Amino acid sequence: MTMLGEFGFRLKTQTMASASTPTYNSNNLENNSSKNASRESLRMEPLADVPQLPGEERITDKDIIYICPFNGAVKGKVSITNYRLFFKSFEVDPAMTLDVPLGVISRIEKMGGASSRGENSYGLDITCKDMRNLRFALKQEGHSRRDIFELLFRYAFPLSHSLQLFAFLSQEKFSENGWNVYSAILEYRRQGLPNNKWRITFVNEQYELCDTYPTVLMVPFKATDEDLRKVSAFRSRNRIPVVSWIHPVNQAVIMRCSQPLVGMSGKRNKDDERYLDTIREANGQTAKLTIYDARPNVNAVANKATGGGYEGEDAYQNAELVFLDIHNIHVMRESLKKLKDIVYPQVEETHWLSSLESTHWLEHIKLVLAGAIQVADKLSSGNSVVVHCSDGWDRTAQLTSLSMLMLDSYYRTMTGFQVLVQKEWISFGHKFSSRIGHGDKNHADADRSPIFVQFIDCVWQMTKQFPTAFEFNELFLMTILDNLYSCRFGTFLYNCESVRDNMEVKEKTVSLWSMINSENGKYINPFYTKESSRVLYPVASMRHLELWVSYYIRWNPRIRQQQQNPVEQRYMEMLALRDQYLKKLEELQISDSPRIANNSNSPASPTQLVHHVQTPL
Amino acid sequence: MLSLGSGGGKSTKPSFVSYVTPEDMKIKEKEEGLRSKHPYLLPGEVVFCSANHVLKYTQEDSSQRGVYGTLLCTNFKIAFISDESASQETAPPFRNKLLSENDIPLTCVDNIYGVSDEKKKLIIGGQVKSKYPSKLIIQCKDLRVFHFSLTYAKEEEAKKIFQGIVHHSLEPKSLKCVFAFSYCETASPSQASRKSSLTLMFETKEDWSVELGRTKGNCKVSSANEDYVISEKLPQFFVVPFAVSDDDILRFLGKGIPFWCWSHHSGCALFKMACLPTIQEDGISQKYMHRMLDAVTQDQLCPVKIEDLSSCLPALQDLQLSYNKFKQLFLIDSTTEFWVSDMKWFSSLENSGWLEIIRQCLMKAVEIVDYLESAHTSVLIVEEHCSDLCCVLSSLVQIMLDPYYRTCSGFQSLIQKEWVAGGHSFLDRCNHLYQKEKEVPAPVFLLFLECVWQLLQQHAPAFQFSETYLTVLSDSINIPLFSTFLFNSQHHRDTAMKPGHPEAQRSPLNFPSVWDWSLQFDCKAQSLFTNPLYVEKPIQDKALRKTSHQKHQRQLSLPNTLSKPSPRKGFFKEETDNLKKIFLGKRISKWLNPTESSKELYESWQRKPLDYQGLLLPYLDGPSVRVWMQRYLRWVPEAQIFGGGSITTVNRVLELASEIQDLQKEVERRSCRMNSSTAWTQVYSGPPLSARLSSFPFTATHAWSFKPAIPSSIRQSLGSVSSLADKEDDDCQGSGVL
Repeated sequence: MTMLGEFGFRLKTQTMASASTPTYNSNNLENNSSKNASRESLRMEPLADVPQLPGEERITDKDIIYICPFNGAVKGKVSITNYRLFFKSFEVDPAMTLDVPLGVISRIEKMGGASSRGENSYGLDITCKDMRNLRFALKQEGHSRRDIFELLFRYAFPLSHSLQLFAFLSQEKFSENGWNVYSAILEYRRQGLPNNKWRITFVNEQYELCDTYPTVLMVPFKATDEDLRKVSAFRSRNRIPVVSWIHPVNQAVIMRCSQPLVGMSGKRNKDDERYLDTIREANGQTAKLTIYDARPNVNAVANKATGGGYEGEDAYQNAELVFLDIHNIHVMRESLKKLKDIVYPQVEETHWLSSLESTHWLEHIKLVLAGAIQVADKLSSGNSVVVHCSDGWDRTAQLTSLSMLMLDSYYRTMTGFQVLVQKEWISFGHKFSSRIGHGDKNHADADRSPIFVQFIDCVWQMTKQFPTAFEFNELFLMTILDNLYSCRFGTFLYNCESVRDNMEVKEKTVSLWSMINSENGKYINPFYTKESSRVLYPVASMRHLELWVSYYIRWNPRIRQQQQNPVEQRYMEMLALRDQYLKKLEELQISDSPRIANNSNSPASPTQLVHHVQTPL
Repeated sequence: MLSLGSGGGKSTKPSFVSYVTPEDMKIKEKEEGLRSKHPYLLPGEVVFCSANHVLKYTQEDSSQRGVYGTLLCTNFKIAFISDESASQETAPPFRNKLLSENDIPLTCVDNIYGVSDEKKKLIIGGQVKSKYPSKLIIQCKDLRVFHFSLTYAKEEEAKKIFQGIVHHSLEPKSLKCVFAFSYCETASPSQASRKSSLTLMFETKEDWSVELGRTKGNCKVSSANEDYVISEKLPQFFVVPFAVSDDDILRFLGKGIPFWCWSHHSGCALFKMACLPTIQEDGISQKYMHRMLDAVTQDQLCPVKIEDLSSCLPALQDLQLSYNKFKQLFLIDSTTEFWVSDMKWFSSLENSGWLEIIRQCLMKAVEIVDYLESAHTSVLIVEEHCSDLCCVLSSLVQIMLDPYYRTCSGFQSLIQKEWVAGGHSFLDRCNHLYQKEKEVPAPVFLLFLECVWQLLQQHAPAFQFSETYLTVLSDSINIPLFSTFLFNSQHHRDTAMKPGHPEAQRSPLNFPSVWDWSLQFDCKAQSLFTNPLYVEKPIQDKALRKTSHQKHQRQLSLPNTLSKPSPRKGFFKEETDNLKKIFLGKRISKWLNPTESSKELYESWQRKPLDYQGLLLPYLDGPSVRVWMQRYLRWVPEAQIFGGGSITTVNRVLELASEIQDLQKEVERRSCRMNSSTAWTQVYSGPPLSARLSSFPFTATHAWSFKPAIPSSIRQSLGSVSSLADKEDDDCQGSGVL
C-alpha cells in the first residue's frame, strides 16, 4: 500500500512536470536535447550558469547571437564545454536556452565573411544529427569567429583531433550498472537454450572466427566448431548463421547471418548447405527453411559482382528464398534528409501529405515492418527462418529485433528492450560508429545512415498501434535516440564487441541503461498491461503509419506544444485520484472499529490493483 | 421457414409504391415465414421482395467464400439473413436495436454496382432492364461494402430482388415513402415520444430564453414567425437584436435579418444572416442593411465584423465532389486493391481535398473566435440562405468558445439550435429522396462532425462525448427514422407530420428524435458514447448545476484583454462603415492572411496551460489534421489492428474510471455520505482486450480469421530511388556519394 502510494506520488509529480511544459515558454523551448539530469538542475536553479556533468569541463564562453528560426535573433552567451554547447539569452523574461551535446553536431560551417553585408550574416552554421540546424551570428570585427569555430570544431569532433570522446571523461555515477543488463548466456538461458538441438560455442572467444560477432554464439548441436569455420569461409565477413531467438513452444528459430559468397560464378559450399539443412531439421517440423533476404532482388543479384549473392535454388533444395525489398543505407540516409527538408525549420504547409509521401520515409518504415511481420508469422507457424542482407548488420538487425519484439513480450518490457538492443544491435556488430560518426568530422561519409533511428521509429509505430503492450514510453525511445549521438555514454560507441573490448568501454564508460534504470519511473508507460504470450502483428499500411512528429518535429515550438498526450495525462490524474481513494479507504478501514469485511466484491481491492502499475526491477 | 422455397419469388405485398403487382393469398403466409425468420422487422416495416440462396461473400473477395441466405428488401432496409444458425454468428459487440449486422437502410445505400461477366458496372436507378447481374456490390454511406451473388438464386427471385433494391434505393421517391411515416403510424407513441430531457430542442420560446439567459445575451426572442406566418424557412421562434422589429422581419421575409447565435461573456455576440434576395439600386435595401447592422452594434455596444462565407469557403458542389473522392479511398473491394492504394495513400488523401476543406473551416472558425475573444467584436456570418456552411461555422465557433457545447446535452442542443431550428436542409443535402435535379446534395453536416472530430482527437479531455458517439451520429443521418435529419426546416417537418389522410382520426405523427438514443442502443452500448477522459468542471453544488447558468460559466481565457484597447478596433469601425460596399455586391477578399491574423490568438492561448473548460483551438498544421479512422476504416479488414489501436487505451481509462467509481462508492458507504454519488457510466464489458480489433466496437472479432496483413506489390512505388538503391552498403571506403 505504501509502495503504491509512493509510486502514485511519483506519477503525480511527473504529470505536473509534464503539464508545465505545454506552456509556450521559451525557457524550455530548446533545451530538450538533454532531458536528463541537467534539466532538473536547470529547473531548480534557473540562474545557475551552465549545467555541468561530473567530468565536464568549461572550454570557452562567448557573447553571440542565436538566430532562432522560430523567434528570430536572440542575443546571449554561448558556453562550450567538452560535452556540450550551451546558449543562454541575456533576456530573462522570456529566457531562452539551448543545450546541445556536442556529439549531436554533424557539421560546422562558417557563414558569411568579414565583409558580408546584412545583419547577422557573419557567423556559424551548425548542422545537427537530430533534425535541426543552429545558426549563430557574431560581430564582424576582429575575427571574432575564429577562436570559437576552432574550439567547437575540435571538441565536437574529438576523434578527428586525437581527443577522447566525452564518455571516457565522464565521472557520472548511477545507482544501477547498465553494463549488467545483458549477458548473452543468461539471455539464451531465458530462451531455454542450450538444449539438445542447440549448443553454445566459444569458437569466437578471441574473435578469431568473426571479428564483428560476439564471443558467445548459439549454433546447431550437430555442427562442430570445425564445421562452423568452414561455413564462415562462405559467408561475407565470416558472419555465419547463428540463433537469435527460439520459439518457446514450436522450437522454430530465427537465425541471422550475412550473404553467402556465391559470386559471379555461382560458387557453392557443401558445408554451408549442410549447415542450413541442420538448422531446418532441428525443430522437426520445418519442411522448407525460409531464407529472408532483406534486399530487393536486383540488389542481391548485383552483389554477385562483388563476390556476394544469395542462396540459389539448386544449392539449397530444402529452402525457399524471399526478398523483402528493403533498400540500403544510402537510400535511407537520403530519405531522412528529405524528411528534414520538409519539417525543419518550417513544416511544409500546403502539400504536407504529398511532401511526406515523396520523402518515402514512411514507405521504408512500412517495408521494414512488413518484413518483420513475415518473419514473425513464419516463426509462429512453426517454421525456422534465416535472415540476412549483405553483411547482416543493418537490415538484418532491424528484421530480427523487430520480429523478436512482435513474438516475445519480454522484449517489450523496459529491461527486455535493453537486452534486445544490446544483443541484436550492439553485440552483433551494427556499426554504430560508422553509421553515426561519433566524434568524426567527416560529415559526408557515405557510411553514415539512420538505420538505428529507423528501427526505433518502427518500434514507435508499434507502440502507437499497441499502446498497452509496451512497458516503456515515448520518452524512453527519445532518450535512446538522443544518447545515440550524445557520446555521454559508452553504449553506442564503436562498431563491434572486439573493438569495445579493446577500448575497455565497459570499464571506462557509463552505460546509458545505468542512467535510465536509475530513474526509470519517468520512462514507464502507464497503460502497460502485461500479457505474456501474445504475438503483436502491427498493420504495415500507410493508413496506420504516421510520422513520429514529437521526435522529428520537436524543435518546432508550435508542434511540440501539441504533442502532450492528453490521454496519458488524464490517465495519470485518474491514477492519482484512485490512489487518493485507496488511501482514504485505508484510513477509514483503520478507524472503523468493527472491521467491515474487506471489499471483496469490488474489483479494486489493493492486491488486484498492483498489476496496474507495473514496477519493473 | 415453411414456404420460403416454394414461393417462386412473388413474395411481395401490396404497397403504396405499387411497384410490383400485388399477389394473392399466399402473401400472408409468406409474411409470417419471413417474420419468423427475421424477428427484427420493425413496426410498420413491410417486406417488398426477397430471394433465397443468395451468397454473401465474406470480406476476402478473392476467395469467393461466403454464406448463403435470404436477401430481402423492405420499406426500411435491404437485409441479408444467413441460413446458418444464429448461434454461429456471435452478436456484434455494439448492436443497433433497429438494424442487424447485415441490414442496410434504403437511405444508406450509396452506390450499387452490378457485375456480369467480370465487368463491374454502376447501376443507375430507372435504367434497369429485365436482365440482372450475377453479382451485386452495394456500397453504403456508412462505408460498408456488401458483395452478393445472385447466381444461385432462382431466376425469378433474383430478378425481383434486383429490381426491388434498385427501385427502392436508387430511384426518386416521395417523402411519404420514407420509412419513418409507416413506422410512426404503427409504433406505439410511448415508444417514440421519449426525449432526452436535457437537450434543448429550440422549438419553443422558452428554450431560446434559457439559452439567452445562459449566455447573458442582450437580445430578444421574436415570435413574429409564429405559425410560420412570415416564412416557412424560418423557425417559429428565434432571437434578434432589440432594435429589429416585426416589420423588419417581414420586409424581406426574414432575409437580411441578423439572427442571434450566441453571446460572448464580453458582450459581443455571434450572428448569422441570409443575403437579401436581390440588391436593388434604390438604396432601400442598402438603408435596410445599415439599420440591421446598427441594431447589432447598438445592443452589443461593440463593433461588428462581417464574414461573407461565399468568398472564402468552397461551394457546396466542391464539397460534394471532394467528399466523393475521399470516401472512394475507403470503399475497398479487395485485399489487392487495399495494398495497391496503400502506395499512394497520402497523395490520394491530399488529392481528394477533403482534409483541406476541414482545415479551411476550422481556420475560418478560429478567425471568428479571434474577433469575439480577442477583439471583442461581434461577428455576423453571411451566407446565401444561412443554413449550410454558416451552420458549420457558427457551431464550431460555439464549441471552441463555450464548454457547454462540449457536453453531450450541450452538443445536441447546439445541433438543434444551429442546424434543426437553423433550417439546414437535411433532406435535400442528404438526398434521401434521390431527387437529383432538385437540390445540391452535399455532406455539410458530416463536414461539421469531421471538424468536431478533429477537435476531439486533439483535445480529448475537453469533450463529454466520445469518438464513437460522433461516428454513431454520422451513421444515424442515414437511418430514415429521425425527425432530426428528415426535413428541410421546422415548417417542413410540421406539415409533413400532420395526419396523412384527412379522414384518419389521428393525432399528428410524432417522429422520434435522433437524441432518443435508447431507440437505437441499450444502456450498455450507450455507455460507449461518453468519453472517460472528460474533465468535468470542478465540483459544484448540485443545485447550481441544474440551473445550468453557473454550470458553464466561461472563464476569461485571455488575461487582460479587456483592459487592453484592441489595436484593431478602429479598423472594425471602418469595416462597419464599408458595409454598403459589401451589400452592393462587392466582396471583400480575405481580410488578412488567416494564419497570420490568428497567430496572436494562438500564442496567447498557448502561453497558458490548457484549460479544458476554457477556449479550445484546433491545431491546423499538416500533421495535425487527420483522417477519422474509426468512421472510415472500421469496415476495412486489412486495416484492423488485432488487439490494438487507440481503443485499448480508452478501455484502460474506462476500467480505471469504474475502479475509481467503486472506490468512491465504497468510501462514501463507509463514511455514510450516500447522497452525493456522481453518476459514472457503466463500463462496457466486451471481449478481452487482446481479442479485440482496433475498430471496436464496430466490428466483431469473429468476422475475420486472424492472419497478419502482409503488404503486397510494394516494389513499384520505390522505383524512383534509382542510383542509390543499386549501391551496396558495403563500406564505401570513403568514396562518398554526395
